[in-house]
Amino acid sequence: MMRFATLIKNPADWMKGAGPHSDIVMTSRVRLARNLRGFPFPGFSQERQRIDLLGQVRPVIESLPEMRDGYSEDYTDLSKIRKQVLVERHLVSREHAARSSGCAVVVDRKQSISIMINEEDHFRIQGIRPGLNLHSAYDLVDRVDTELSDALPFAFDTKLGYLTACPTNLGTGMRASVMLHLPALVLTEQINPVIKAVGKIGLAVRGLYGEGTEALGNLFQISNQHTLGEAEPEIIAQIEKVIEGVVRSEQTARAKLREDHQTMLHDQVGRAYAVLRYAHILSSKEALNLLSMLRLGADLDLVGNCDRSLLDMLLLEIQPAHLQLNAARELSPEERDSMRAEITRARLQSIDGPGSLPPSQSTPGGPASAPNDE
Amino acid sequence: MKCDVCEKEATVFLTQIINGQMTTVNLCEGCSKAKGVTEETGFGLAEAFLTHSHRPDENMEVVCDACGFTASQLKKIGRMGCPECYTAFREGLDGLLRNMHKGTRHVGKRPNNQGAGTPQLLPRRRGAVPAPPSAPAPAAATPPPAPPPVDVNKLRADLDLAVKEERYEDAARLKAEIERLQTKASSK
Repeated sequence: MMRFATLIKNPADWMKGAGPHSDIVMTSRVRLARNLRGFPFPGFSQERQRIDLLGQVRPVIESLPEMRDGYSEDYTDLSKIRKQVLVERHLVSREHAARSSGCAVVVDRKQSISIMINEEDHFRIQGIRPGLNLHSAYDLVDRVDTELSDALPFAFDTKLGYLTACPTNLGTGMRASVMLHLPALVLTEQINPVIKAVGKIGLAVRGLYGEGTEALGNLFQISNQHTLGEAEPEIIAQIEKVIEGVVRSEQTARAKLREDHQTMLHDQVGRAYAVLRYAHILSSKEALNLLSMLRLGADLDLVGNCDRSLLDMLLLEIQPAHLQLNAARELSPEERDSMRAEITRARLQSIDGPGSLPPSQSTPGGPASAPNDE
Repeated sequence: MKCDVCEKEATVFLTQIINGQMTTVNLCEGCSKAKGVTEETGFGLAEAFLTHSHRPDENMEVVCDACGFTASQLKKIGRMGCPECYTAFREGLDGLLRNMHKGTRHVGKRPNNQGAGTPQLLPRRRGAVPAPPSAPAPAAATPPPAPPPVDVNKLRADLDLAVKEERYEDAARLKAEIERLQTKASSK
């Protein structure tokens, strides 16, 4: 099996590749909740029962063709920081990382599939792909799920579908979610109506790390809330349709920024580059928000030589647990802020800063770039 | 310090004073979550404590035969105890699901091995561990064989002793047994 260090050293498949609308859609993820017949759910079982179950199912999972030579770890062998690193990589949920004995995670070599054992349900099977590609993410987990169901008796009811600990996951047990980078909708103050409209169709909008988290760095997660009463392909098709609409709005907003608010746009990107390139203290929030602007600059060709995967990787490297793993010790928030700045300065060295505006268009024009006479 | 509910190390300590009477409860992280202690609203210490084991006259509450999960636990945490709970608590479920989902009937994927004989995995029987059902159809749950005559009062005495001696696994088993007998008696 793969070692933790090897797993972390390599960027995940979704970070290297590109998918449809990669400039706006960072990832597409699908997770399936599954449980074994005849076992209480993890939240209501005794520790020994969870350990028993884990001992029986882990070898089955590890021997799946997709998971062969992957990474597999019992949580009792994982430090708090390492677990947090897996959360930051979106390989396990925060809830799962908070648990310990009787829990494990198995990840494939490409870091495209992860299977959490004894999360809220016995199994949470997750697939992740770059760009807007929920179909392909579903194909990944669908295959693994079918193979597992050949070997394990899943709790299933003909009327209610897959039986899950929480009734909100009944039926398909499927949650499909898309991570979007929407800086132009935020800058042009159109984001709230968009979120509202998406919520009205029964989809949930959340921040970077799921439930209850803030939308830092202009990153938004959109996912389905209904799991019962519709088949998987229908649910996925509906979300993709909605996301296509959001992507179009973001594209329109970006075009508008370019045409009507060019000075403001250049100012934002330029400031982001300057601070990230030269700061010595960077809080997580500030870094995420500035990296969002730099990414927008790269998408609109305002900064050169800036590979999107470099920014994706940096976004992970500056997260608290990644910093502490890198330092091989616990760091105080102050130490983290200075180390975050150090890594950011180093990684961005190769990027060309934003050039100056073409003279004909650099005159203050649009409303957002109106001069500030103080 | 051990958790008052299970045997794990307690990490949440609660003290509540009502009418000058002080009560203390020690809970592990899992149980404190299950009891809703970590939620900001609606935590009643006495309630959380009493629903566990100290209320022998808890009458006619619906309990899952397979795992011992109770209707009030379901109400509190909004989650089921085991797959069989969906049969035990099926009353009112449709209404709940209608509010939650697009429909109340599953139309998606089905697993391969449904009804394919006995599952390979059998849980080791311990305490309130359920035996796997022979058929997945929940509506067709066969009634269990008539229980041997058991003195409920004797079980209650055993339960009190188990709690006193901090044998919480035994206590949980006894409590589930008492509740099972009571539900049965009341449904006759």
